[in-house]
Amino acid sequence: MNGVHDMGGMHGLGAVEIEKNEPVFHDEWEARTFALTLASGYLGKWNLDMSRFAREQMPGPEYLATSYYEHWLYGLCKLLVDQGLVTAKELESGRREAKASEARVLRATDVPAVLRSRIAARVEDDVPAKFRPGDRVVARNIHPTGHTRLPRYARGRRGVIERDHGVFVFPDTNAIGLGKKPQHVYSVRFTARELWGPQASPRDSVFVDLWDDHLEPA
Amino acid sequence: MSKHGEHGAPLTETQLRVRALESLLVDKGLVDPAALDALIDTYENKVGPRNGAKVVARAWVDPAYKKWLLEDATLAIAEFGFVGRQGEEIVALENTPQIHNLVVCTLCSCYPWPVLGLPPVWYKAAPYRSRAVIDPRGLLKELGMPLAESVEVRVWDSTAEVRYLVLPERPAGTEGWNEERLAAIVTRDAMIGVAKVAPPAADRP
Repeated sequence: MNGVHDMGGMHGLGAVEIEKNEPVFHDEWEARTFALTLASGYLGKWNLDMSRFAREQMPGPEYLATSYYEHWLYGLCKLLVDQGLVTAKELESGRREAKASEARVLRATDVPAVLRSRIAARVEDDVPAKFRPGDRVVARNIHPTGHTRLPRYARGRRGVIERDHGVFVFPDTNAIGLGKKPQHVYSVRFTARELWGPQASPRDSVFVDLWDDHLEPA
Repeated sequence: MSKHGEHGAPLTETQLRVRALESLLVDKGLVDPAALDALIDTYENKVGPRNGAKVVARAWVDPAYKKWLLEDATLAIAEFGFVGRQGEEIVALENTPQIHNLVVCTLCSCYPWPVLGLPPVWYKAAPYRSRAVIDPRGLLKELGMPLAESVEVRVWDSTAEVRYLVLPERPAGTEGWNEERLAAIVTRDAMIGVAKVAPPAADRP
């Protein structure tokens, strides 16, 4: 979706301010929101791509006016209700109507092993690559209303395949229940001038990781 | 449940919402509060940029390790036991006097957790996400790191499950330092590409 989360290349969003000796969390609610999101994800009702898509669906004005963990809180509440783990009424009142029957609850003793385990975004499927390093490609000019990892600033732009990362789940379908659709992911090099015009340095480039379905031969 | 925080100030609406949500999820049997504590403790106390600094220091002193890191960072980093969530696939990018690498996630907040911990606020916020791809030179200049026109800037937008770690340049004046001493001067910002590792002050032993 062409949401405000897709920020690459926008102007006027303020100065970058690096906080010295920044704490990992600025308040307890941030830490709890982070942990609640990971622990709820462990219940297995949604994947990482669905989590990202849920946060992207926060209305644009609200997304820009709120902080990072407020985006997470929005996404978590949406997933809990959409996936039927919590009813909208329970969320509103804070009181449970029924006890959940989930067997897969994350326990403290499992946390180290779970955090060390790999989320299977890379898949071993034997999918042929459509492109090889050095191939010239063009990013498709698509504007899906669902989830996509092809940022707007790269759409319709010409680049070169720099590196083949291997076969991965396709988030654009995996986020909306249309399957994993495994395919190759490449690091695609776009010159800064191709993306931003003649004011950009002729030496610079932006590398974007894109999937076969985002690309066409140029 | 108290409606006031530890400092006596009234809780904000967001603080109250998160407390209510946690208590609901615990009550429903979906979440174990001890697991939440363990998750928070991991990223507050155990996993952070000190991990990445150890990797960088090893690469600075050991050419064979550096070669491995640049060829297969995921495995080379796993050598230290730094594995797992948001670090399933890591690629290391070497900064040199000619090439400067800078990492961003324009769409959300992708970041190599096992080596850098959780990302700082500025990395996840709109100003950095919007600007890093279109004006990396202006951004770096503002952050105190102007680059010569002759330097090539490579910006890496983390749009997939590949995470990027910048291998900064080793500063002059650190000849003969051991890994531990080197690791102590490597900063998080240098491993994202928004800073250089500062050379040691001349009067330092």
